[in-house]
Amino acid sequence: MKSVWIFLIGLGFIFSFANGKPETAANVLFFDLQQSVELIIKLIPVMAFWTGLMSIVEKSGILNKLAAVIKPAIRFLFKEVANNTKAVNAIIMTIAANILGIGNSATAFGLKAMHEMQLVNKDKSTANNAMCMFLIINVSSIQLIPLNVIKLRADAGASSPGDILVPTIIATTFSTAIAIIFAKYFERKEVK
Amino acid sequence: MRLSDLILPVVIGGILFYGIIKKVDIYAAFIDGAMEGAKAALKIFPYILAVIFAINMFIHSGAEDFIVRILTPITNLLGFPPELLSLSIVKPLSGGGSLGVFQSILDNYGPDSYIGRSASVLMGSSETIFYTTAVYFGAVGIKNIRHTIKVGLIAHVGSIFAALMVCRFFM
Repeated sequence: MKSVWIFLIGLGFIFSFANGKPETAANVLFFDLQQSVELIIKLIPVMAFWTGLMSIVEKSGILNKLAAVIKPAIRFLFKEVANNTKAVNAIIMTIAANILGIGNSATAFGLKAMHEMQLVNKDKSTANNAMCMFLIINVSSIQLIPLNVIKLRADAGASSPGDILVPTIIATTFSTAIAIIFAKYFERKEVK
Repeated sequence: MRLSDLILPVVIGGILFYGIIKKVDIYAAFIDGAMEGAKAALKIFPYILAVIFAINMFIHSGAEDFIVRILTPITNLLGFPPELLSLSIVKPLSGGGSLGVFQSILDNYGPDSYIGRSASVLMGSSETIFYTTAVYFGAVGIKNIRHTIKVGLIAHVGSIFAALMVCRFFM
């Protein structure tokens, strides 16, 4: 992550000078950074709410039956934490929230899942396979109904704004499949 | 009333109701969990700040334009619509930024054009890779993220390819 960060900022500085726009840094500092406060202000209540509910989920065991049913998939994707109820619950909720597209809620569950996975991670500074797989599945997009896209299409006067639904589901499924295949490939490659 | 409006009440109500049946002290459990969640949310603030700084420097300095410009001849050879290049590059970096690019595509080409449709599918089938990775791993103090970004980008290329193909053959 460090190298990606340095890469983006480095290119940013080089190009802001090369394009004669050295004021870019000041503009980013005084205007764009405010987005971070907006994001965090929106995230805190949603995150606190869902982790509150998650603690009820854990104590009542409502997800245990579902977890047992999808256990083979969990074991295939997240082997290191397959027997860790708290981690599996949070993973299920993250994926469900992502599929349903309930915005910030997925982040709340996602961070909870990362926390639970880190507790049993052997090397605290290096991501284990389960963590990599979890992140990769999340960033491959698993949202089934892109409500915001449909809304923007409707606003732009599309004849049938929702007609991209099936194509989007196909594309999302394809990219997630690619993501899982390559994640598995790199897992195995690194062992050798 | 839409089906999507029913999801939240059913999920939340179901969790609370099942907790009561199982004789969980749902109020105490909720407060405990919410306390953890609020702390965790505050802890990720520096990571959000760091990634927003880097992404905005990259986009506003013109570095992003430059990369689009050098990639255009290559993607033209592959028959890739140049209009989608900017969206393809911005989407993994910034959710807000990609909305702006997407809106301008809808305005310029119309939502029912091939470009407009494939941009819509791409928007719905890709994610903000860098932000999510930085925040999730940052929150738990992971420094070595191994192949995460690499595979994320491969999957992103996969969704670009899928968006173009699906819109060409199915719509």
